[in-house]
Amino acid sequence: MSGVRVLVGTHKGAFVLNSDGKRKDWTVSGPFFAGWEIYHMKGSPVDPDRIYASQTSGWFGQLIQRSDDGGKTWHQPGLADEAIPAPGPPTALPNRFVYDASPETGRPLTTHQWYDGTQHPWEFKRVWHIEPSLTDAETVYAGVEDAALFSSTDGGENWRELSGLRGHGTGPKWQPGAGGLGLHTILLDPTDPKRIYIAISAAGAFRTNDGGVTWKPINKGLRSQYIPDPNAEVGHCVHHVAMHRSRPDVLFMQKHWDVMRTDDAGENWREVSGNLPTDFGFAIDVHAHEPETLYVVPIKSDSEHYPLDGKLRVYRSRTGGNEWEPLAKGLPEKDCYVNVLRDAMAVDTLDDCGIYFGTTGGQVYASADAGDSWAPIVRDLPAVLSVEVQTLN
Amino acid sequence: MSEAAKTGAATVRVALPFHLRNLARVEGDVALDVSAPVTIRAVLDALEARYPMLRGTIREYETGQRRAFLRFFACEEDWSLESPDKPLPDIVASGKEPLLILGAIAGG
Repeated sequence: MSGVRVLVGTHKGAFVLNSDGKRKDWTVSGPFFAGWEIYHMKGSPVDPDRIYASQTSGWFGQLIQRSDDGGKTWHQPGLADEAIPAPGPPTALPNRFVYDASPETGRPLTTHQWYDGTQHPWEFKRVWHIEPSLTDAETVYAGVEDAALFSSTDGGENWRELSGLRGHGTGPKWQPGAGGLGLHTILLDPTDPKRIYIAISAAGAFRTNDGGVTWKPINKGLRSQYIPDPNAEVGHCVHHVAMHRSRPDVLFMQKHWDVMRTDDAGENWREVSGNLPTDFGFAIDVHAHEPETLYVVPIKSDSEHYPLDGKLRVYRSRTGGNEWEPLAKGLPEKDCYVNVLRDAMAVDTLDDCGIYFGTTGGQVYASADAGDSWAPIVRDLPAVLSVEVQTLN
Repeated sequence: MSEAAKTGAATVRVALPFHLRNLARVEGDVALDVSAPVTIRAVLDALEARYPMLRGTIREYETGQRRAFLRFFACEEDWSLESPDKPLPDIVASGKEPLLILGAIAGG
């Protein structure tokens, strides 16, 4: 019997929601790490019981947590044993994210652009996104603020920066978005383990073809009115990027404003906002079985982070963009002023694709019919920061 | 220098804030054997050796600096800005009073 597990990161803890394949009745476990911000949780495609979580706090810093039993119990990687540790240097430093400035592999830390245009030193703050490898349960990537990409090959016990990204030359032009200079999107190419896409607010999208040694900005075609050169190579506020597993050359992007599409691995982008009532938003995702069907949640504007007219609506395109239809059945039709953040939408892979998203009002909505109808599967959680879905067989 | 700080190891008590007690999976104060001289650095070294899940939560990994929103109190005095190598008062070094680690009240 298949089932679905939904991993919900919130402003005040983590929650794990489970249902069978009917996706009608749900159990809610949590809060885990109560009182902490859980920016993101994601399970390994290789071992679905292996789940990583980013736990963070302005007081106590960044922690990585891992579950090896599907979210029932958690520990910091390498620190599962509660016995008195053996003397000597620790072998696991799961929370140590240090920018690589070594002469051999690192890059000078230099600076990035601050909000006022001055240069500012790179400072690690938190992990925004965790992306487990598609092929190895011990390998996992982490996108962090200030923007950089880290990886671990021992299940999160130790991390090292893939410093070619931060050091490839445009770093001094990267500027924080309103939420910080975060690397929030990591897409792994299922057909080529050396090809990775990432995106940063507000720097743009980048691609490596050599496993993270060298990187290329892939922002041609993006236009952003708020930067001095609207066609700049970097500096674009990319909110999120989505890809269908079967077509890793095709990417869909929700930019600050504009929904964009590329068919050549990011070499060229074109706008596909079409008839959307507003093309500002954060979340975007692709149907699990229909590579030309995508979903966004239009938000009124960058000054008013809530749905138009108080009506929460997902918009679906079955044509790869440009032509969009509102999906409202089961969603609030009035007085709704929540936001849906960039990592708070996900899909399952059951035959009738399920779509899920969480709101800053603490609801997680699900559709078991590809968006035709919706229902809250939990409500009144803390503000939802991220939603990921595991389809279990 | 206090008497306990001059001689041998002492059992020092540390009162952790709520979230760090949860991380360390302890209730109440933690007791640590700390070699003399008993300083904040020595106490934190012993704390992190015994409870490695706390590494990085009280002081920064690379610099060893106190995290900005945490404060240290000993004998009702704020030791946050004192040198981490300054010997703690004898009443704390001997375990009669705990070293308090507090989260700053911030937010709203």
